[in-house]
Amino acid sequence: MSEVSQFDTVTKAETTPDTPQPFAELGMKDDEYARVREILGRRPTSAELAIYSVMWSEHCSYKSSKVHLRQFGEKAPETDALLVGMGENAGVVDVGDGYAVTFKIESHNHPSYVEPHQGAATGVGGIVRDILTMGARPVAVMDALRFGPADAPDTQRVLPGVVSGISFYGNCLGLPNIGGELGFDAGYSGNPLVNALCVGVMKHGDIKLAQAPGPGNHVILFGSTTGPDGIGGASVLASATFDDESQAKRPSVQVGDPFMEKLLIECSLELFAKDLVVGIQDLGAAGVSCATTELAAGGTGGMRVELDRVPLRDHRLTPEEILMSESQERMMAIVEPGKLDDFLATCAKWDILASVIGEVTEVTEEEAARGGRLVMTWHGETVVDMPPRTASDEGPVYERPLARPDDLDGLQADDPTELERPSTDAQLREQVLRVLSAPGICDPAWVTEQYDRYVLGNTVLANPHDGGMIRITDDGDRGVALATDGNGRYTRLDPYAGTQLAYAEAYRNVAATGARPLAVTNCLNFGSPEDPAVMWQFSESAKGLADACLQLGTPVTGGNVSFYNQTGSTAINPTPVIGVLGVIEDVHNRLTSSFSHSDEGAKIFLLGETREELGGSAWADIVHGHLGGLPPQVDLVAEASLGEVLADGADNGLLASAHDLSDGGLAVALAESSLRGGVGCEVKLGEEPFLALFSESAGRAIVTVRADAEGAFGELCARHGVPATPIGIVGGTDLALTHANGEIRIGLAELRTAHESTLPQIFNASR
Amino acid sequence: MTAPRVGVVTFPGSLDDRDAARALRLAGAQTVSLWHDEADLKGVDAVVLPGGFSYGDYLRCGAIARFAPIMTELVPAARAGNLPVLGICNGFQILCESHLLPGALTRNASRHFICRDQLLRVEAADTAWTNSYSSGQEILIPLKSGEGSYAAHADTIAELEREGRVVARYVDSAPNGSQSDIAGITNEHGNVVGLMPHPEHAVEALTGPSRDGVGFFTSILAHLAKGAPVGAAAS
Repeated sequence: MSEVSQFDTVTKAETTPDTPQPFAELGMKDDEYARVREILGRRPTSAELAIYSVMWSEHCSYKSSKVHLRQFGEKAPETDALLVGMGENAGVVDVGDGYAVTFKIESHNHPSYVEPHQGAATGVGGIVRDILTMGARPVAVMDALRFGPADAPDTQRVLPGVVSGISFYGNCLGLPNIGGELGFDAGYSGNPLVNALCVGVMKHGDIKLAQAPGPGNHVILFGSTTGPDGIGGASVLASATFDDESQAKRPSVQVGDPFMEKLLIECSLELFAKDLVVGIQDLGAAGVSCATTELAAGGTGGMRVELDRVPLRDHRLTPEEILMSESQERMMAIVEPGKLDDFLATCAKWDILASVIGEVTEVTEEEAARGGRLVMTWHGETVVDMPPRTASDEGPVYERPLARPDDLDGLQADDPTELERPSTDAQLREQVLRVLSAPGICDPAWVTEQYDRYVLGNTVLANPHDGGMIRITDDGDRGVALATDGNGRYTRLDPYAGTQLAYAEAYRNVAATGARPLAVTNCLNFGSPEDPAVMWQFSESAKGLADACLQLGTPVTGGNVSFYNQTGSTAINPTPVIGVLGVIEDVHNRLTSSFSHSDEGAKIFLLGETREELGGSAWADIVHGHLGGLPPQVDLVAEASLGEVLADGADNGLLASAHDLSDGGLAVALAESSLRGGVGCEVKLGEEPFLALFSESAGRAIVTVRADAEGAFGELCARHGVPATPIGIVGGTDLALTHANGEIRIGLAELRTAHESTLPQIFNASR
Repeated sequence: MTAPRVGVVTFPGSLDDRDAARALRLAGAQTVSLWHDEADLKGVDAVVLPGGFSYGDYLRCGAIARFAPIMTELVPAARAGNLPVLGICNGFQILCESHLLPGALTRNASRHFICRDQLLRVEAADTAWTNSYSSGQEILIPLKSGEGSYAAHADTIAELEREGRVVARYVDSAPNGSQSDIAGITNEHGNVVGLMPHPEHAVEALTGPSRDGVGFFTSILAHLAKGAPVGAAAS
């Protein structure tokens, strides 16, 4: 019993006010600790300190980003589609026919560097539980991944581990992986970005919220047992920069069990269908601390929990460790007494452990005014007695100093127009192949082949197409499309414009599938918020996204901020990853990005305007290792018009294919469309073949138009003011590019070798 | 005539159970959900063991599912040649673990999970599950598995070849390292078929690489219509 007698209680805290406490080691500042003492009117117990330290960490409280994120709400466009907005586990949008969709993207960057396989696996598990918690059946996942240079030694460790973790967890869970991104840049060497997205489907009436109403209702913890894994994961791992100490942090990464999560999904959906829960919350970062404080704060404000009733996998855990544990595959439900037996029977059917650990309580008016009252006991003694709202909703908020980076003027002045351009067709040809085979552009099949894209049987589009698309139900035609995009190079050159370009690209990718963009999620990956230059990038980025969403009428429904992405004092390029969700009424009208044999002879049109825009381009990076100048100009009105043309063209059956233009410009788009369909194309590039091929002007796409639809398509483009230039036809076995003074011609076999062999060469060699 | 009743077993961790049921329904069958924990085949005429990771596949793929209560009635009926059973992916692994089919499925040669559209050649078109195809016919259906490399003793492979019990082979070469490029095999009665790729994901042009997988499901309906021994009760 010696362990039991050593723990800290409220009584002890009252009698030993001067006991030194390790708040600094837990990541709390002096003034934050002082505020806790002020709230409680005494020193916190160790358990209370644990709760406040994790709930007030950057990761859980958004204390540095909150003031900037507010504008997503303040500038939200008027829309009837938003059923649940920011603040809940994930936003929910109406997609028609009585169905709603919830989707969100979240980072698991730091754990994925420390332990790539488990870090990435539990990233998938966490976002899936967020979606499940809303009452939805998770139906698909996507991943946006960024690593250091593909051939760097550490990438050989990190990338295969991350991919195997996503593959292991997502495949075992039975969720199709319908797309994502794969990028490489030296800045991500010590700090890979692993951003996981999940989308779920439900009927309007099925939405669940994190709340604990009704005094006397049971508080139930169900799913896995609680162990020492991930203790301090959120507050320590997610908030500290990497240095030599990170080796010592290895054991604190959580370990995932996708089989348990699969059972938890099926069990939870059955509990929802039988209407057995009144409130629900998943246990992610900050585990029991987060679930109890958030549920209580969202309900009466009152809750009583017996911490010793939490089922443990290691009996030595202390109350503080139980509160901070991030053991995976756990959920917390609020259940009415009359439904308890049914609840437990359903859990038993799925072999899911469920334990009543407490109850919802009444609070007095005075307690409510303080932020409610959460009481936790440990073997009969009170170890927590605090107002839960002060931890969940009333954490510190910082207006961090902002400063435009000192080097930005120099960077923007370093214009890529000075870079040496190819002067012969042979050079141009060689550069097309070089860009096409570069790790961030080449075929990512080495990665995506490790993901199940078929399971659940409703995948309409997946990698390698512009966006993923799923059919919402087996017996309907309605579908949703999703794409994620981000370009740290553009954002480094101009965070406001770069973020809008990421948004525009995701918007365009969704439109290129034939869907109409509806809503946005985001994962904002940045360096340290304590660096004013990083904070300026963040503020510009958030503003850029909020303004763009307002202009194009797509609300931000939720998202995630990941700070401290840096190694030593060097931050990553700011990398907001933007996810756009769109709706298509009839999935049979979807467009693929492939040129098809059946469309040989069809005309290819380039939509949009091509300008001389090489700043931050793939060409400048791959051929010259150059980053400078300004990113392409943003024209959101043009993006919206292009989106209308693509979606209308799909609806009315005018188009045979559509492919957006982004990294690597027209050169990459034409090559990809040809390779995907296994048929070549003959294209005229005009006077300036180099710019035609490699400029990255935004708001562009290539489409092939059905033979009988050219007239209607022309009218459609004219109506929306979208420039449409016929540039060639589908056919042959070459990528044949002619220009005013010559031509280059690359056979599909050579093109395929260039595009497809890069990653296998690098990553198979290392095994 | 009422449509034949085909059961689809759900083990904890089954993933493609709903997809198998969808494919059966598209082919015209009536589907019956069977639960791992009940030793009751509900009088179905045939059974599909679907893909997934039964019981998490933590011991060895299919090793625990073999002992599930639902298998107590299934195994003897299948072994006697009375009950047609198709095991897809994890289902194939379960059939091998149950010794209804010889050999084992081991980790892919690449050590990676592989998901791709795979060309197969149907070699035995005389089983309960492949009679809609012609021998030598090439079909394109998804392969998605981490432990799909078929392995068996050389004598077993020789016997399978001699008796024409290799149901399907990977065209060109096996992406997972399977011996003799084997993608699927059958038992001596032709009622039990194990297949590593997923025909249930090639039944709609919208969601699959082709509709080539439909044949497995129309085959069982044709087989049952011929008046072959029908119903688990027949055992």
